[in-house]
Amino acid sequence: MGSFLEIFDIYLLEAMVNGILLGGVLALLALGLNLIFGVIDVTWICYAELVMIGMYGMYYLVQYYGLSYYLAAPLTILLVAALGALLHWLVIAPLLGAPPINQLLATGGVLFVLQSFATVAFGIDFRNLGIRLPVLQFADMHFSYSRLLSFGAALVGMVVIYLFMTRTYTGTAIRAIAQDRQIMALMGVDTKKIYLVTSALGGALAGLAACLLVLQYDVHPFVGLSFGPITFLICVLGGLGNFVGGFVAAFLFAEIISLGGLFSDLEWGYVLAFAFFIVMMFIRPGGLLARRQ
Amino acid sequence: MSLVAFRQVVPWIVGAMLIALPFVYRDPYHLHILVLILIWSFAYTSWSMMGRFGLVSLGHGGFMGVGAYVTALLWNHLGVLPWIGIPIAMVCAGALALIVAYPCFRFRITGHYFALVTLALSGIVLQIITATRDYTGGSLGYTPDRTKGSHLAALQFDDKTTWYLIALGVWGVGLLIWRWVDRSMDRYALEAISEDEDAAAAAGVNVTFEKLKITVISALMTALAGALYCQYQMFISPDTVSGIAVSLQMVFAVVVGGIYVALGPTVGAIITIMLAEGLRIGFGTKAVGYDNLVYGVLLVVFIIFLPKGILGSLLERIKPSSKR
Repeated sequence: MGSFLEIFDIYLLEAMVNGILLGGVLALLALGLNLIFGVIDVTWICYAELVMIGMYGMYYLVQYYGLSYYLAAPLTILLVAALGALLHWLVIAPLLGAPPINQLLATGGVLFVLQSFATVAFGIDFRNLGIRLPVLQFADMHFSYSRLLSFGAALVGMVVIYLFMTRTYTGTAIRAIAQDRQIMALMGVDTKKIYLVTSALGGALAGLAACLLVLQYDVHPFVGLSFGPITFLICVLGGLGNFVGGFVAAFLFAEIISLGGLFSDLEWGYVLAFAFFIVMMFIRPGGLLARRQ
Repeated sequence: MSLVAFRQVVPWIVGAMLIALPFVYRDPYHLHILVLILIWSFAYTSWSMMGRFGLVSLGHGGFMGVGAYVTALLWNHLGVLPWIGIPIAMVCAGALALIVAYPCFRFRITGHYFALVTLALSGIVLQIITATRDYTGGSLGYTPDRTKGSHLAALQFDDKTTWYLIALGVWGVGLLIWRWVDRSMDRYALEAISEDEDAAAAAGVNVTFEKLKITVISALMTALAGALYCQYQMFISPDTVSGIAVSLQMVFAVVVGGIYVALGPTVGAIITIMLAEGLRIGFGTKAVGYDNLVYGVLLVVFIIFLPKGILGSLLERIKPSSKR
């Protein structure tokens, strides 16, 4: 009996640590989406599809052009950043004055476009990078090295964004616009330019997430659906536009999925996470860290 | 006067022609397309009942999945006839709608937040169907057992004509419900709510109750559409009747057709299904993905340039003094 408990606890601990590692990437995704929402007040339903395109970018750069992983990653980040700016310029900018729900639906249309573009251009086969990273063994627990790397890179990415937002003029302007979008235009800040920069920044975060996720998952046109909805739920749970809330919610969600998956199938982990989300929405509709009205 | 009389007569003539159609024209493939168009039109109409009042739900894939799967599971595992199973499935979907929507409306979760909460709902339904694969077949799909007894009792018909008439009838009822809501006081209440909830509440509108009513009606209709689709196709999979993709598909078709007019969702269904079929015939298996590519581009273009949809914009062009 005692030995059984010991083994059980090891598994539990392993699941919890894996949950934290998963949380890092989810937090990175949530940060990008929150940035877009907080500044431009638009939800990119197609955010996970940008990540998917980035994963394909990594796949082709590494597999076809033979670039090394560390050379391909910055290129992918640039590519997705450009894609983010393009998305803003083509779709969001004409709709800035439209009802929010139209903006939401338009990015839903972009989701269809990106998914089917990937289907047409790359086919529906599952592809992987072919990079096998070792599994780390520590005190009878197994962690994949790629997850550790993702976690670390996600943290670094978030710190870089934090420094950018607090130490540079553009970052300060972005934060100011998030607080009051009318006044900043009067203060001589070019809102259009800031929006474009923010979109590119959000895209860059999606690109970074793509570089990390491609290490753990196979790429296929519908891969976005496996983490896209989770990302939205995390952002809403944390309060749309609330960076810290999104960060906390990402780890909460990752733990629920990881622990739920330990006790049963992975799908039940997701079901639990979704159910938790709905319950939390009723308890704290404004997000985890919001003050109650 | 003659114009009014004309407008009163037209629906009857069109209705009679639609009923007579399968007896004159019997091509099974075209009838099949028509049945699909009618069933999906009904589903899209039920979405637009809510959507036109600014309640953008992305959870309707979930209601449709409940309608289809509950009916099929009751039939296969417990032998419950669809005649009883479909109402049970509808009640299940209605209850689900109540459970999710009541707190949403009570705590004033609107706009983005409402869309994302309901998105979670369709995600949950999809995951539960996939997770309970021992009963539902998971992502491989599910087939209701062929009946050994009466076709009528099991609601399984082999000929397309019967299905066409059933789908036509249900579609007609859907339009009648739309009209009934359109002419009721609830419509004004809901329009007031969609403009400004506080002002509507101050004017004596029971905001939560009105929103709940339309949500439950919409969910019941969507579940019926799911059950009908299941009975007609005799095969359902989580991806075709539930999940986020189906929810977005509904939104897309309605936006293209026209969200504020009764026949808008029907026009949307005609366009989307004809487009998918046309591309499938034109390109064969190479067309995988092309239809969604065209859909997506159209959706974006429509929202930017023609937010009232094809039919809505046409009607506006014809009579500039219309209400909206």
